[in-house]
Amino acid sequence: MASSILRFRKLCYVEPVNCFSDSKIKDPVGPIEKALPELRKQRKQRRGWRCWDMCCWTIGYMCTTWWLLLLLYHSVPLTLPGLQVPESPGLKLKNRGLSALHPVVLVPGIVTGGLELWEGRPCAEGLFRKRLWGGSFTEIFKRPLCWLEHLSLDNETGLDPPGIRVRAVPGLVAADYFAPGYFVWAVLIENLAKIGYEGKNLYMTAYDWRISFQNTEVRDQALSRLKSRIELMFVTNGYKKVVVVPHSMGSLYFLHFLKWVEAPPPMGGGGGLGWCAKHIKTVMNIGPAFLGVPRAVSNIFSAEARDIVFARAMASGFLNSDMFGLQTLERVLRVSRTWDSVISLLPKGGETVWGNLDWSPEENFACDPARKRLLQASSQANHSHPITNSSDGKLRFGVEDPIRFGRVISFGKDSSQLQSSQLKLNDFKELLRNRGNPKQSSCNGEVWTEYEDMSKESIQAIAENKAYTVESYLDLLRFAAPKMMKRAEAHFSHGIAENLDDPKYSHYKYWSNPLETKLPDAPDMEIHCLYGVGIPTERSYVYKLSTPSNKCKRIPFRIDDSANGNDGECLKNGVYFVDGDESVPVISTGYMCAKGWRGKTRFNPSGSPTRIREYQHKAPANLLEGRGFESGAHVDILGNVAMIEDIMRVAAGEELGGDRIYSDILSMSEQVNIRL
Amino acid sequence: MSMLRQRKPKPQLEEHEEEEEEEEEEKKKKKVRPTEDPPLKKRWSCVDSCCWFIGLICSIWWFLLFLYNAMPASFPQYVTEAITGPLPDPPGVKLQKEGLKAKHPVVFVPGIVTGGLELWEGHHCADGLFRKRLWGGSFGDLYKRPLCWVEHLSLDNETGLDPPGIRVRPVTGLVAADYFAPGYFVWAVLIANLARIGYEEKTMYMASYDWRISFQNTEVRDQTLSRIKSNIELMVATNGGKKVVVIPHSMGVLYFLHFMKWVESPAPMGGGGGSDWCAKHIKAVMNIGGPFLGVPKAVTGLFSAEAKDVAVARALTPGFLDKDFFRLQTLLHVMRMTRTWDATMSMIPKGGDVIWGGLDWSPEEGYDCAPKKQKSNDTMITDSNGANGRQSQAEIVNYGRILSFGKDVAEAESSKIERTDFRGAVKGNNFANGTCQDVWTEYQDMGIGGIKAVADYKVYTAGSILDLLHFIAPKMMKRGDAHFSYGIAENLDDPEYQHYKYWSNPLETRLPHAPEMEIYSMYGVGIPTERAYVYKLSPTTDCNIPFQIDTSADGDDDSCLQGGVFLVNGDETVPVLSAGYMCAKGWRGKPGRGTQSGAHVDIMGNFALIEDIIRVAAGATGEDLGGDRVCSDIFKWSEKIKLRL
Repeated sequence: MASSILRFRKLCYVEPVNCFSDSKIKDPVGPIEKALPELRKQRKQRRGWRCWDMCCWTIGYMCTTWWLLLLLYHSVPLTLPGLQVPESPGLKLKNRGLSALHPVVLVPGIVTGGLELWEGRPCAEGLFRKRLWGGSFTEIFKRPLCWLEHLSLDNETGLDPPGIRVRAVPGLVAADYFAPGYFVWAVLIENLAKIGYEGKNLYMTAYDWRISFQNTEVRDQALSRLKSRIELMFVTNGYKKVVVVPHSMGSLYFLHFLKWVEAPPPMGGGGGLGWCAKHIKTVMNIGPAFLGVPRAVSNIFSAEARDIVFARAMASGFLNSDMFGLQTLERVLRVSRTWDSVISLLPKGGETVWGNLDWSPEENFACDPARKRLLQASSQANHSHPITNSSDGKLRFGVEDPIRFGRVISFGKDSSQLQSSQLKLNDFKELLRNRGNPKQSSCNGEVWTEYEDMSKESIQAIAENKAYTVESYLDLLRFAAPKMMKRAEAHFSHGIAENLDDPKYSHYKYWSNPLETKLPDAPDMEIHCLYGVGIPTERSYVYKLSTPSNKCKRIPFRIDDSANGNDGECLKNGVYFVDGDESVPVISTGYMCAKGWRGKTRFNPSGSPTRIREYQHKAPANLLEGRGFESGAHVDILGNVAMIEDIMRVAAGEELGGDRIYSDILSMSEQVNIRL
Repeated sequence: MSMLRQRKPKPQLEEHEEEEEEEEEEKKKKKVRPTEDPPLKKRWSCVDSCCWFIGLICSIWWFLLFLYNAMPASFPQYVTEAITGPLPDPPGVKLQKEGLKAKHPVVFVPGIVTGGLELWEGHHCADGLFRKRLWGGSFGDLYKRPLCWVEHLSLDNETGLDPPGIRVRPVTGLVAADYFAPGYFVWAVLIANLARIGYEEKTMYMASYDWRISFQNTEVRDQTLSRIKSNIELMVATNGGKKVVVIPHSMGVLYFLHFMKWVESPAPMGGGGGSDWCAKHIKAVMNIGGPFLGVPKAVTGLFSAEAKDVAVARALTPGFLDKDFFRLQTLLHVMRMTRTWDATMSMIPKGGDVIWGGLDWSPEEGYDCAPKKQKSNDTMITDSNGANGRQSQAEIVNYGRILSFGKDVAEAESSKIERTDFRGAVKGNNFANGTCQDVWTEYQDMGIGGIKAVADYKVYTAGSILDLLHFIAPKMMKRGDAHFSYGIAENLDDPEYQHYKYWSNPLETRLPHAPEMEIYSMYGVGIPTERAYVYKLSPTTDCNIPFQIDTSADGDDDSCLQGGVFLVNGDETVPVLSAGYMCAKGWRGKPGRGTQSGAHVDIMGNFALIEDIIRVAAGATGEDLGGDRVCSDIFKWSEKIKLRL
């Protein structure tokens, strides 16, 4: 195109007479305007329709059309006739006369909070106080390695690497939108504002979700800040207790806070006993990951099951396929293993909660809703009529051979289905001894993941063990990633307490595990569990050894995405699914509210009332609805109209009804055998 | 096109035709390809050339954009260094090399207009602006829906609080005032430099407040003062008991003065922090360009909406405001809006004639507006001549007359001015009733009689300006009097001074009892600053503001009168007198510090100032900084003010 301009000017130079003399005579006002089309004609006659012109024309055409459409889009009224927008809960409740009463504290979960740079290496120049995480993620594409370097933490301490300070973004902007157009808390905030909430009675807890919960206090004093802010809001809003709304990992964080704030000073916040009873009205956990997420298992093992948000923000194909030999997945694994908080999401409660080789609380779950109904009918029929006909017998066969969800990781589809007596199991004690010589590793240079320290034999040995339950998986991690687990076990614990009065349980590493802490003494503090159901959720994985296992800096294990079950089965692409909210299975979100804390139990000695509100997932009807008004998915539920209404009613001081349950959480909970 | 057509359900007959058409089109396309075809020339129409042209521009634009994005971030700096030589290290880097580390937590208190405001609840016209910035940022909505914008930023004229159905709240966090508009920094440079020596979110706090409403109302409505108190307490507690360094700017200085009294006062009106709160929590207050005694600009702002704050004027092109574009009555709207902002009244000159000068006297009267010329005079001509010149100038400028109607009045001797008192004048309401209903200022209640009476009084000093404002805007001043006071206390022990309206006037309050707390006063000098005005009646009085600065009133080259404004030394907004008096004399014993020249807002990027702040934040005291550095005549002027201390 530049050349054509040059040519145009050249033409004027060469033939000045042609350019101007004629036109001057005809029209003295605008000689140049007149000359232009003439010139173009001349040029056309010479060269005709050329490629450049064609390109320019197309681009111009497209631009103009685009602008036109944009203009139309802006001038069209907000509500399209075809789209049935449900009345926003904020307006509805405002019309009913509700107004802001209790201050509201939002606690975002993992990955949804923004992180910004405060000090960086030379490669991150110009990014001071710019968002590294959240927002538009442009820096990933501009300088990916630099970006990864700044988001990693120190592998030994789990804190900042020297010379790098990345901190949580404070304020509501921290997690209102994760990326432009992808809301997290924005819808809830907007609705709360309708009934009178604003900066003084609405607060977003900002914490660095990469580091362990206690470290947010050590490094940033985040817990102290939260405490001070809750106290301030309590006082300035006429001594009204606060309503806390944690989401996802935020529930664990807030559980940690509840214990921290009443613990004595050096380790805790020194708020004294009764702090929670005095300041907190309700904790409304949205999609809480109380007992962990199986997703974290595969995430730590092979960086494959990514958090939903993470996967959406960065096109998942980009991560999965090894484009340009960038070893994206390996780098991601390396970075995410330095994030202590991921370990807080590992399944808690061991085999008692998550099932062993042959048993799991969800074993009666059927993935196909139609089959599920049949199953239920047949089981009822079984109870009432012991003698059954042949078709029922077939179905019963299906019941008798349940899916073994308890095997969180199994190598090969067969080993995920075989009876445990037929499985070949290795002894871990032996494995731990045979870890192999680190020097044996063929890779030179920097160590990326701890897999490189492992000998080929031990990797082989891991794969030969065939099936792992939650408990043996933890042993496996201690073996495969000793450094990470050493850091992690100083901050988190995943067991079940035998005797909660044991003084060791006053250590902070137990505070975020609901099965190893008592709730604070606050008989009036309500605990709600609000979560979506009806979406297949990852529960256990079928793995294989990755094919070029001898290659350097490779993750030696992969989810076997060729492992598929029959139509009615729960196995798809190497992943077994159960009911849940797409990220967290029901057993994790619901158990504590349904059973663990229900009534006076040893985990809830003061008998704080609990309540379950489930939201049946309904996929958005069409594209115009965006992410839906009735979604039950882990993050999209924050736009669920019914849930927003529930939260607002509690915040405005109304009483919610009782439980609302769609899933099998109650019967599942019965199967979990924990002394309460 | 053909795709679209095919989608539509249509009778079969037509389909045949369509197909034929399509065939024809295809034929045409085939014809198009061979380039020398004659029908092509006809098809190259005006639309095509337009498309071609737009395409060209787009492509070039994208290409340049691509180049710009591909450019390394350090490139602009590299270029400037190549042109001007290596830049000095920014103070943060320099002091980091000296080994300074973050020690005391830092609190910023932004001034008027520099803080962002966002919408929390609005009328229909502001749909889609929820939690978007109305003030600060790009001001995009000012252009899109100006009337709506003005409506949402105005406050209730009776209460000085939110109008019904509208909630506009300050932005919180450092983002509230780091940049006022994109690229126009306020605190950003200081923040960046502090971050170099280790400061971060937990040790820096922006005490943002709604700068439109009166100081006490920020507590009543938003509990802002409580929040600041709680945050300072938290920062002291989490930073190992290190006291905070507070850095207020502009009106924030008054706000923080108010805070210090509030926090120690007992509970219902105050914060109940106890009488040693400040001593326990505050190490130093480093006032930047503080209008302790008010700003003459505030008067004209309220009187005729003409003297705009620097920041506003820069962000919104001044021409847009001054002229009555398209008969939009911009100025009237602005005036109506600003008169609902109680905070502007906190900046009305305080201390009356004692501080700001009477008809014939003012503390700055020896000031010379053309120092450079004077110097050359001194060297060229003999001593006696130079002295003469100085004397004559000193006689001319009567800064004490803050408003005067007509240039001759401003310069005449006081005995020769005929004045008729306006205070008893009758207000008529016969004035332009029908036409100006939509835009409301209190001028329309005054009538021609009232306006004439104002003009006939001729000259107003700082003392009589208050009476004037009471006369022209009774409602506004009623609100103002409930929140602010402008006098000088006779007896500070009088219990009446416990009321919050005195807290932001340094001449009517005591500093808190905190012997170790240091107060710094840092301000730019060397820029001509508005001090007094020459007014005239506006020629067209139907719907306009009846008074205007007489921009035709100019003095000689050397004189201080320019465009109807008498100028004096200052930082472009605040005269030195106001910024420096309290530290130079009123609170003597506290370090004062006039820095290198710097404009009111731009001073926030001044390296010397940033260095001073960082040193104090890292633990230095006033003596370590090297005591006072004073470039102006503030000490001389302060001596002339006869105030019992």
